[in-house]
Amino acid sequence: MFVKRFLALLSTRNKEFIRDRSSLGWNILMPVLIVMGFAFAFSGDIGKQFKVGVLNQNAATELARQFLELKHIEFYAVTDLERAIKKVQRHQVDMILDAQQQQYWINAESPAGYMVEKVLLATPQASFEKQTVEGKMIRYLDWVIPGILSMNMMFSALFGVGFVIVRYRKNGMLKRLKATPVTAFEYLSAQIVSRMLLIMVVTAFVFYGTNVFVDFVMNGSHLSLFFIFALGAFSMISLGLVIAARITSEEAAGGLLNLFSWPMMFFSGVWFSLEGAAPMMQMIADIFPLTHVTAAARAIMIDGASLVDVSYHILILAGQSVVFLLFGSWYFKWD
Amino acid sequence: MTSALLEIQNLVKHYPSVKAVNGIDISLKQGICFGLLGPNGAGKTTTIEILEGIVEATSGEILYKGEAPGERFRKEAGIMFQSTALQDYITVRETLQMFANFYPANADINDLIRRCNLTEYLQQDNRELSGGQRQRLLLAIALVNNPDIIFLDEPTTGLDPQARRNFWDLINDIKAEGKTIVLTTHYMDEAYSLCDEIAIMDHGKIIAQGTPKDLLKANFDDVILQLPEAELENFDLSSFSVHKKDSHIDIMTDDVNRVIAVLIENNVSLSQLQIRSRTLDDLFLELTGKELRA
Repeated sequence: MFVKRFLALLSTRNKEFIRDRSSLGWNILMPVLIVMGFAFAFSGDIGKQFKVGVLNQNAATELARQFLELKHIEFYAVTDLERAIKKVQRHQVDMILDAQQQQYWINAESPAGYMVEKVLLATPQASFEKQTVEGKMIRYLDWVIPGILSMNMMFSALFGVGFVIVRYRKNGMLKRLKATPVTAFEYLSAQIVSRMLLIMVVTAFVFYGTNVFVDFVMNGSHLSLFFIFALGAFSMISLGLVIAARITSEEAAGGLLNLFSWPMMFFSGVWFSLEGAAPMMQMIADIFPLTHVTAAARAIMIDGASLVDVSYHILILAGQSVVFLLFGSWYFKWD
Repeated sequence: MTSALLEIQNLVKHYPSVKAVNGIDISLKQGICFGLLGPNGAGKTTTIEILEGIVEATSGEILYKGEAPGERFRKEAGIMFQSTALQDYITVRETLQMFANFYPANADINDLIRRCNLTEYLQQDNRELSGGQRQRLLLAIALVNNPDIIFLDEPTTGLDPQARRNFWDLINDIKAEGKTIVLTTHYMDEAYSLCDEIAIMDHGKIIAQGTPKDLLKANFDDVILQLPEAELENFDLSSFSVHKKDSHIDIMTDDVNRVIAVLIENNVSLSQLQIRSRTLDDLFLELTGKELRA
């Protein structure tokens, strides 16, 4: 009977969502519009400032110090050389300078790197050892796409499940189901699976559809990315269940869902890197499932990371899913 | 062991600020239509929702077929709430099919569709149903598991007179199949027409219980003579038992001939005189002092 009841609930919920054209349309259109907006906004290099990572800044030689005093170049301290070089490969940083050893790394294909090199070697006595790296340019657009896909999933998961449950509770639909042999577990399972199916289909559609227009970087396995997105969706749907477990007012639910979704949207590394952020902010970000989905998806898409490489994020997401789901099911009330 | 289908003993439901149900006993035999009547806030819906397993009682005992209601009760009970939302974008047939899939045994869906006059609306979105169509669908949902006991909480509220009459026909059909019905209603004509037994509730207690005819017989042995107030302006009513209602005056008497003779003697025009028997409306007013449709 479980399967029969579960399938009945699942199929009805799917039909309800698919037939609600405006809701379905916005779920697909919103992330596409955001990506296209970013593609347009970052299509030029107007106002670009050169960016140089500096290793051993405190032990800089006199020659290096003269270079570091130049205006209109953004210098920032680097401690992990390997990681910094990766950024040069991706054109995210124009040069890495070891201020003590008088050694520098630039991307052979980067015009900005070429310009900074010319400035570094402008003084006649300059003697810096050159290292070149190669790598395809990673645009901000490439960097931000995993975050946008994850963020769209988050909104769909939290509002698509949380808000719907509260609406059904308020209008008496859940009370009607309570009077049938359907159990809370069957009902919640159907909601989760229905929303997961829809999120994965919509995300895949947005992923491949957007790629046609902006040709973003995808260095990892599609299957690994699918797994991360599925786990992320599951975790955030479970969080939606916790939020909607007892609330009876749509207004209260909307407020609470916004209370969770907005901080996640801004502090989960969707729009800007959390590297160098205050430790407290990084700790808070680490609590959010969106942080881990975004980080894992970005590692797979940009660095070509495997599931083993992102196992830390997988463990956190899996753990959060279990905790949210158990608590949400236990705390759930029909009316 | 009890022979009643549903047995309720000393049922109590207290909320922090109100005693919604305050110690009621009901025994329902198989195949009867039982009406639970009362003004708004009397405790009818709370009582019925406790019986349905939706609300938990503070104390008291409920036995369904001799045992505490559980999984078996949920499979064998059909429920129609006072107000239930249906899922948007889902058709009438899909809604019925979904509810049918919740139960191990079902009524014949096509037969149910025909009996509840839903054939024309099967492909219609739930959002587009009229009040009467919607109530018929909710009744069909309540019957989808071929229940032994059916709870109908104010099923005809908001329906026009024709839709109400159609609904009564449906309920009479269900009764004819020997199913047990528990009905709450504000409409006394509905209770009188459909119920074999009624209980009148007020302030969480049952204040009268029995068949409608027995209750009327036990409480009244008079009839009502109704006249426009204007006709009785110069007439001294002090020697009669009267009740003023809107622009009419009801004179209650067990001796119609004597009252009419006195009225004629005092030149009161009888052209608009109406004589009627006591109804459940009168009974309710008598017992609670409240208008039923208030």
